[in-house]
Amino acid sequence: MIAVVDYRAGNLTSVCKALRALGCEPLVTADPDALRAAEKIILPGVGHFAATERLFQSGLAAAIQQRVAEGALFLGICVGLQWIFSGSTEAPTVPGLNVFPEQCERFPDSVKCPHVGWNSLDVVRPSRLLRGLTPATHVYFTHSYRAPAIQATVAATNYAGDFSAVVEDGNWMAVQFHPEKSGAAGLKILQNFLELPAC
Amino acid sequence: MLTRRIIACLDVTAGRVVKGVQFVGLRDAGDPAELAERHVQGGADEIVFLDITATHEGRDTLLNAVQRTAERIFVPLTVGGGIRTLEDAARVFDAGADKISLNSAAITQPNLIEEIGARFGAQAVVIAIDARRKQPNQTEVVAPELAEVYINGGRKATGKRVLDWAREAEQRGGGEILLTSMDADGTRNGFDCELTAAVSQAVQIPVIASGGAGMVDHFVDVFTRGHADAALAASIFHYGMMDARTLKEQLASRGISMRLPC
Repeated sequence: MIAVVDYRAGNLTSVCKALRALGCEPLVTADPDALRAAEKIILPGVGHFAATERLFQSGLAAAIQQRVAEGALFLGICVGLQWIFSGSTEAPTVPGLNVFPEQCERFPDSVKCPHVGWNSLDVVRPSRLLRGLTPATHVYFTHSYRAPAIQATVAATNYAGDFSAVVEDGNWMAVQFHPEKSGAAGLKILQNFLELPAC
Repeated sequence: MLTRRIIACLDVTAGRVVKGVQFVGLRDAGDPAELAERHVQGGADEIVFLDITATHEGRDTLLNAVQRTAERIFVPLTVGGGIRTLEDAARVFDAGADKISLNSAAITQPNLIEEIGARFGAQAVVIAIDARRKQPNQTEVVAPELAEVYINGGRKATGKRVLDWAREAEQRGGGEILLTSMDADGTRNGFDCELTAAVSQAVQIPVIASGGAGMVDHFVDVFTRGHADAALAASIFHYGMMDARTLKEQLASRGISMRLPC
């Protein structure tokens, strides 16, 4: 079962529509117990980092952590990527899940912000999510904060310097862009995630 | 590298796509969902639906079209026209829009920008500005800083200057500006690059230029001289004069960064 976590941060319609177009009927849930039965967990998210506070308050964060430790695959999208870092300067008092100890920061004033539009992926390591994609594929971004490029970065994107566009570390995977809005390339990335062998 | 975007705009009224010249003289151009899908297949980076009459009766028809479209396209879909409350916006998002665009309501109730942004994220709020540098029946064209903002489908002058309003909209949390030159709209004589450049330099958020697209040179101009982050067009796509892919290939060959292949 594929669970899409509903923590009332923006709208999940687009992600679910893309999954349905790929033949997957996700379970949209705000129930930690439901997550404990999931083989794959998708955490979408748009908007403010502060919205992720609800994940800790509601027990969803603990359920995600436990289930991924047991072998479930996690896919964070946009704020869902930022959340598995230690936090974001957007909401300094709200902790992230700290899978990666680095912090997310706002783009510098030297560029237009938010970073909106189609930018290219610079693939730096073999990636399960990006299998079968052509080099320098364009995907759709819309965000004001970014995670730095780190060891777990499999694809970086350049906008006032490189940042993490795709991270993969064991069962933790996340993308800063919106695969559900990135045309055929985005659907291929979601399909790759759906096809990965689950626990 | 971040590419410039080519956005196909569908003006919708009573569930049909229409196109006029300088906001009047509408002609039927087809079914919104079908046309949106055709534009995406043709290489468009985004789709915008503008409900240009936004009557109460037409609303459900529009939401139905948004829903049908969102099931078929997987690029960003913006919907504008007639959004006056948080509830109106929520219905449009529920139907599958990724962004909403606010025009008249942003002027008359600017708090709406913050309200919708707080619930759906600032990136989901596009501020549409219709601006005019030339008064009807006059020949004098004023400087871009003096361009005036119009609302109610271009029928009502607000007395606001375009740069002031663009800055205010940004401060209130708008995620992008969709700037339409009423003087250029529907003429196919080119975008108002001076106006676009002035607004683009006044704000830190992306600016989408609209009004006047007729040929490839116009897009080159608006991306270079006009400093636009995206350009929107309607009629050149609808009537099969050119698809977005051909346009983008030609722009790329002239040094403008584009999403290709698409």
